Amino acid sequence: MSDEVTIEIDGRPLKARKGQMLIEVADAHGIRIPRFCYHPKLSVAANCRMCLVEVEKAPKALPACATPVADGMKVYTRSPKALAAQKATMEFLLINHPLDCPICDQGGECELQDLALGYGRDVSRFAERKRVVADPDLGPLVATDMTRCIHCTRCVRFGEEIAGVKELGAVGRGEHMRITTYVPHPLRSELSGNVIDLCPVGALTSKPFRFRARPWELIQHEGVAPHDAVGSNIHIHTLRGRVMRVVPHDNEEVNETWLSDRDRFSYEGLYGPDRLERPLLREGGVLQEADWELALERAAARLREVVAAHGPDAVGVLVSPSATVEELYLAQKLARGLGSGNVDHRLRQGDFGADPAMGRAPGLGMRIPELERVDAALLVGSDIRMDQPLLGLRLRKAGMRGAEIAVLNPVDYEFYFPVAHRLITDPPGMVRALAAIAADLVRHSDIAVPPAVAGLVEGARVEEAHAAVAHTLRRAGRGLVVLGAQAHASPWFGALRLLAGYVAAASGAALAELPFGANAAGAWLAGAVPHRGPGGAPAQPAGLDARAMLERPRRAYVLLGVEPERDAWNPAAAARALGEAELVIQIAPWLSEAGRRWAHVALPAAAFAETSGTFVNADGRWQSFEGAARPPGEARPAWKILRVLGTLLDLEGFGYEDPDEIRREVRAAVEAAPDPAGTVAAVALPETAASLWRVGDVPIYAVDPLVRRSRPLQETPLAVEAALRVAPATAARLGLAAGARVRVRQDGTQAELEVVLDRRVAEGCALVHAGVPGSEGLGPAVGPLEIVAG
Amino acid sequence: MSAARDAGAGRVVLDEKVRAEIDDWVRRYPPERRRSAVLAALRIVQHHNGGYLTVPLMDAVAEYLDLEPISVYEVATFYSMLETRPVGRHHISVCTNVSCMLRGGEEILAHLERRLGIKAGESTPDGRYYLKREEECLAACCGAPAMQIDHVYYENLTPEKVDEILDRLERDDG
Repeated sequence: MSDEVTIEIDGRPLKARKGQMLIEVADAHGIRIPRFCYHPKLSVAANCRMCLVEVEKAPKALPACATPVADGMKVYTRSPKALAAQKATMEFLLINHPLDCPICDQGGECELQDLALGYGRDVSRFAERKRVVADPDLGPLVATDMTRCIHCTRCVRFGEEIAGVKELGAVGRGEHMRITTYVPHPLRSELSGNVIDLCPVGALTSKPFRFRARPWELIQHEGVAPHDAVGSNIHIHTLRGRVMRVVPHDNEEVNETWLSDRDRFSYEGLYGPDRLERPLLREGGVLQEADWELALERAAARLREVVAAHGPDAVGVLVSPSATVEELYLAQKLARGLGSGNVDHRLRQGDFGADPAMGRAPGLGMRIPELERVDAALLVGSDIRMDQPLLGLRLRKAGMRGAEIAVLNPVDYEFYFPVAHRLITDPPGMVRALAAIAADLVRHSDIAVPPAVAGLVEGARVEEAHAAVAHTLRRAGRGLVVLGAQAHASPWFGALRLLAGYVAAASGAALAELPFGANAAGAWLAGAVPHRGPGGAPAQPAGLDARAMLERPRRAYVLLGVEPERDAWNPAAAARALGEAELVIQIAPWLSEAGRRWAHVALPAAAFAETSGTFVNADGRWQSFEGAARPPGEARPAWKILRVLGTLLDLEGFGYEDPDEIRREVRAAVEAAPDPAGTVAAVALPETAASLWRVGDVPIYAVDPLVRRSRPLQETPLAVEAALRVAPATAARLGLAAGARVRVRQDGTQAELEVVLDRRVAEGCALVHAGVPGSEGLGPAVGPLEIVAG
Repeated sequence: MSAARDAGAGRVVLDEKVRAEIDDWVRRYPPERRRSAVLAALRIVQHHNGGYLTVPLMDAVAEYLDLEPISVYEVATFYSMLETRPVGRHHISVCTNVSCMLRGGEEILAHLERRLGIKAGESTPDGRYYLKREEECLAACCGAPAMQIDHVYYENLTPEKVDEILDRLERDDG
């Protein structure tokens, strides 16, 4: 039986799928029906009645959003009957809507304003009093003017259906109905800003953008979000060269129509007080402003001196995983041009033992939309919801459809999909658990077990829970193993990576590697890793990884867009290395307090939205963008700074005219090089026992210098400071009382932290966040932690 | 009378007997539709809490039925038989919808407001009466104007009849 029906809208015969709603069919064919509550990504509410249309043989106009098509149906969207219904609806909607468009932020981009122009009367017939609604405070991101609300409930449905956290609700009834949290609290969702876009009126607007500009004054630029591996497509809105706001740009293949709050509000950090506007040079121990020419010449000369005196291996180049492909390529070219192989972007990674076995670039192992259709997934060291919000959202769709999702984490993170298997254990326990899952698969699979994996699974104790996870993955038609940020921070990442690779292969699942940053894949492809050059070709010479560069101090460092006191796996080691270095060249948009102590030369770089470049996302998608805003002061795009530095150092091949040339060169290298994945003989295994393990995940708004400077994000409940978060049982064993301040020691440094009881944390672990105030002085993000005194 | 005991930090735990009553309703729905018992649960909790609900009690119901707290607030504020603040003992609902309005419902309401010294939506200071706001339609159009006191219908009202009814109620109350 055919699934297809033929209907007629406004005299046009159209094919439609059975069960489709009229409005979907009309939208697909460009027939515009007015609407407020209908949204293609949300369930049908049919409560605004704006989409009423005339349907032949129906006695009254019907809502197009809730009327399924039927064969032979004849629909009129502009007939006198339809228009009368639409106009009557509009009149009722406007009864209680204030006429404050001139002071409303939605003015100029308001669905109600636009439709009122077409369907509203010139003069209102309503002479009675309008209702007034008190505004709930929803926190630093979403401003409320609830008197303007028309009760479409898009925001309520978004929370319930998409974000997975229902925070807003429709409280009360009839004229007393209002949208609120009821119990006052700031929104806690990592996706809350989307209600701003969904709100068809000015009831929910952007709080940071409030009264900053009118929509028609803004210039719209295409962009790519700079914080996670999704590479969400965005529109950057500027006014007189400054970024005023960021909104999503629809792309079904990437971010659909959504944007995480991190990507939406991080621009607020652009113009922070420590923005570098002029080059700085350290003269007589003091940083002083200098002109570009002098600063660049001095940087080149001093780099040359260090190389001449100590050899090129004395230079280390640390680059941000959110730098552009072009910047990363030039940075590695500079390092290798000087003869140093020490270049790396993996500042938060704890172990590099699996490096030779790594593929060309980390990624999802599938297309982003395919994530919605997996049947089973195993998350290893991943809080996917906070680390990669929109990938979490896709995985939630799979979970809600019935996919069995297992987690192997040191913290029982809160997910908004059902979790089928929960393995919560300390960092060495994670390796053992994954080895046990692998060991179970060895029994059921014909795939050859690589020697290094064989060593890891030998003697593994397979418990029922491990076998259950293995069974789930094996049975799934479309399985997925995810190595998240917490796995990368493990001091035994090599073991986790090899085991995960085997588990995926033996169960027929895809392997997703989701490290930190917006452009980790681009960094690998550009050659910003010590063992591989552009495209993945073997590096000449090979050098030290990020951790080794800081633990075995270099004489000179070039830092591109990183703040090691927050961004390094081991901030204590970073502070020692950078504090004692002869030369630290910082190329960055901002200079932190620590950077001010270390830097000998600070070169002001253009930030997000101010430079052109390319990010490669988890999908392997190369997304290029142009600069949208003017860098403040004398700041310049980092690729230009590196180009001049390379030229001043007399290095070859730095004569680029524009970033396209650089990108083409990387592309060619990627196409020329064969798949570089090799094998590893053996990797490091957890051997030490510790009475307490530090687990240092990086909270969602602490991942990079830009987001850390966004004041609105830092004021949300998701921005947290470092504390000693332990399970009640661990606290009891160690004699720690909630609320007490204790001194902890790690890697020779100490910090004072407040004890917080947190049931999510695995027994024997302390969750001490990395990248946040309070933990800058500590050592490895994941490693043994000692309590000095209570 | 209590529905729950304090669990610290603004949380309460529903009493055993309250949970048992709720369970009786939960059993009437399929297991994955546990949340369908929310209306009955709120009515039971309100009954054991002196006629009104509090945020901690609604949160406890949410937790017990695996609902988001806001979903429980939505239900509790939607239905006029559920109260979210302390109210008087006797609930008076006067209909002011079309049929009753045409037959003098608004005068009945005004008379009650005068006699009790409160506005619709308020309770008398002695805690005896609660005059509900906008209670319409009572589905008693053929006996308009009508009101309901504690679920008992009174129809074809006049101000005098209202006085008689209240006098009698006060006598019976003692």
